[in-house]
Amino acid sequence: MIMKKTVTMLVVALSVGWYGCSSDGAKKRADEAPTDPAAVVSQDEVHGTEVKEVTLSTPLDGAMVKQGQGIYEMKCSSCHKLDETRLVGPGWKGVMSRRKPEWIMNMILNVDMMLEKDAEAQKMLELCLVRMPNQNLSEPDARSILEFMRMNDGEK
Amino acid sequence: MQLKFLTTLVAVVAIGINLTGCKPKDAGSAVSGDAAEKVYVAPGKHDEFYNFLSGGFNGQMSVYGIPSGRMLKIIPVFSVFPENGWGYSEETKPMLNTSHGFIPWDDLHHISLSQTKGEHDGRWAFGNANNTPRVARISLSTFRTEEIIELPNSGGNHSSPFITENTEYVVASTRFSVPVDNQGDVPISSFKKNFKGYISFISVEPKTGRLGIKFQLKMPGISFDLARAGKGKSHGWFFFSCYNTEQANTLLEVNASQKDKDFILAVNWKKAEEYLKQGKGKKVPAQYAHNVYDESTHSASSTIINEVMTLDPKECPDLVYFMPCPKSPHGCDVDPTGEFIVGSGKLAAVIPVFSFDKIQKAIANKSYDGSFDRIPVLKYESVLYGEVQKPGLGPLHTEFDGRGNAITSFFVSSELVKWNIKDLKVLDRVPTYYSPGHLSIPGGPTSKPHGKYVIAYNKITKDRYLPTGPELAQSAQLYDISGEKMKLLLDFPTVGEPHYAEALPAALIEKNSKKIFKIEDNHHQYVAKGEKEAKVIREGNKVHVYMTAIRSHFMPDNIEGIRMGDEVYFHLTNLEQDWDVPHGFAVKGSSNAEILIMPGETQTLKWVPDRVGVIPIYCTDFCSALHQEMQGYVRVSSAGSTVPLTFSTGKVNAPEVGEKVVKK
Repeated sequence: MIMKKTVTMLVVALSVGWYGCSSDGAKKRADEAPTDPAAVVSQDEVHGTEVKEVTLSTPLDGAMVKQGQGIYEMKCSSCHKLDETRLVGPGWKGVMSRRKPEWIMNMILNVDMMLEKDAEAQKMLELCLVRMPNQNLSEPDARSILEFMRMNDGEK
Repeated sequence: MQLKFLTTLVAVVAIGINLTGCKPKDAGSAVSGDAAEKVYVAPGKHDEFYNFLSGGFNGQMSVYGIPSGRMLKIIPVFSVFPENGWGYSEETKPMLNTSHGFIPWDDLHHISLSQTKGEHDGRWAFGNANNTPRVARISLSTFRTEEIIELPNSGGNHSSPFITENTEYVVASTRFSVPVDNQGDVPISSFKKNFKGYISFISVEPKTGRLGIKFQLKMPGISFDLARAGKGKSHGWFFFSCYNTEQANTLLEVNASQKDKDFILAVNWKKAEEYLKQGKGKKVPAQYAHNVYDESTHSASSTIINEVMTLDPKECPDLVYFMPCPKSPHGCDVDPTGEFIVGSGKLAAVIPVFSFDKIQKAIANKSYDGSFDRIPVLKYESVLYGEVQKPGLGPLHTEFDGRGNAITSFFVSSELVKWNIKDLKVLDRVPTYYSPGHLSIPGGPTSKPHGKYVIAYNKITKDRYLPTGPELAQSAQLYDISGEKMKLLLDFPTVGEPHYAEALPAALIEKNSKKIFKIEDNHHQYVAKGEKEAKVIREGNKVHVYMTAIRSHFMPDNIEGIRMGDEVYFHLTNLEQDWDVPHGFAVKGSSNAEILIMPGETQTLKWVPDRVGVIPIYCTDFCSALHQEMQGYVRVSSAGSTVPLTFSTGKVNAPEVGEKVVKK
């Protein structure tokens, strides 16, 4: 268990460093003594399907908002507040203007993929230092959370 | 070497194990050049087989990968396990309840893996408690003990937990004959009159695996050692090795080794079912615990049952037969076809092989050699297929390679011997280091062995590893049996003392291995599904803390208003829903252990404060980069204190819930 976690930590550190160098992220890792790529055991990560397009409609779907709020309280509220305050993760106020709906959905459903590929997600990891947990949500679950976020941001 | 042993056989057996004599001289050169390659499983790659080992005196089951010999897990079964809270958490304490009350330890000797149509199906593992007689069922999706049933009228449950080919029954037979439970106050010297050897047939509900004692066979006062079910043509029969047919009650080492032959008992359990249907069974008063762990409430319950069904073979003809078997037989193993039953008399110079067809014929012809306590004894010659001559010293246990060969372990002469079942000729022998008890071939006890490896579980390691004081590493040894000659590949240390073990292809299990418990399906009485449900409730002197954990904080992590004399129950719900993210929980000065809580699960640690002060709590299982910050405080005040009961986490929460006091 500890070993596995140590490896995970290492991967996090690696990702932060690597992407830090190749993307816009701040450099958190010195260029000297790089990891020998041959020493990295590649283990294919299994990701869910990437969400390419989300259609939003107005007015908000009340049932979805309610369901989203329930899931938020059970699985998200430990780390995300509904105002701007960052707790473990960023507060949700204003998230709809900061992020595209697809980005939010993929962050919820496909956090490993996002932390591997998405520069903005990587920046968040550097800031928060805790990988956002995969909370085992279905796509309709994530969509209802999105609806709840819209409500939280004042959409009607 | 064999000749040397035969000349000294009597002396060696009489005085015990002469280790120096048993040690092969070329120990260092016994491994061939490609052995390392054959056991090397590259980083990140998986083993081909799971091997489930009994832990012996540690009371647990351990899981190894084969061929690497890497240990993957210890599954707590009959012994408390402070490492994860088994037997310490409120949820798991009932699992160790018995008619004697809570028992923190036992001695787990043998494993059976569930079968369907004679083949491993990867659903459950069973283990036996050799001290306080019990049988446990372990889920192979959660790798947890789900059920434990106690056995009345039994001494030590050694001859267990062997199973039938569709897991209809798990058997449990006593190694100590004892007086019937509620008639126990008799002179020990009245053994022959008052002591009985009960064999329990525990039924297994096909879907859920639920255990229940279907019936107990009331046998004469002898000792049962091991057992195997018939398979294929012999399905419906069960075979038990018996010793102490001398019916000695003292110095068994000598007094139970008098006769040239003891017995293998053949039980027609389908016939027993018929007798039960006819109402021949008799319910007698008994007292035994039945403990079940419920995955949806994450809690165990223990029920005491007050009667058991018994069958007396004296009133049920054609139910059981004794077959003479030399001498104090241990192993009693049925080949993949179900035709041959191999007895391993641990003091015998031959391995007898019995024929199921001949047994049936002998029964039909009433080919008897007298009776034992009114149970017919079949004539040795009429049931014997043949004997393997001069196989080695101290045969213990036999498994099968699926290519018509058997491999038997030899304790006294420290070796494995391969022989052909049909012609009974010895084909190969290979030394072990030292003194193997059981051995295991993946699928070896089933009708479909995967004859690639055999693993020997040794009783003595002596000089094989770096010394660690008087108590040395226990050990297993892996051999390649795919060719004509058996080849030693690897030594690997084990935990506890492995007795029997079974192995099966990893593919049967790995896909079903559970990753998380869905929080939506958590029906624990004290679950907090989200931080909003976190709270602290006082009920008299009991304080229930509904607490959540997620990377990386507890809610609440500041609690005040606990008083001396309180019993505090920390009900911890792990809100994570990702694989491999358990949290742990420990309290300074707690006389309890820690608990580990898997994703989506709730577990409870009871704490009785012993002093006034501020007591730290923290997460014990490294969970994130901020794991070290996952900590908090509980304030304990004097008994009459008026400090209000409050709880919180973080300043952000303070205005919402920080001042809240919940009373009930």
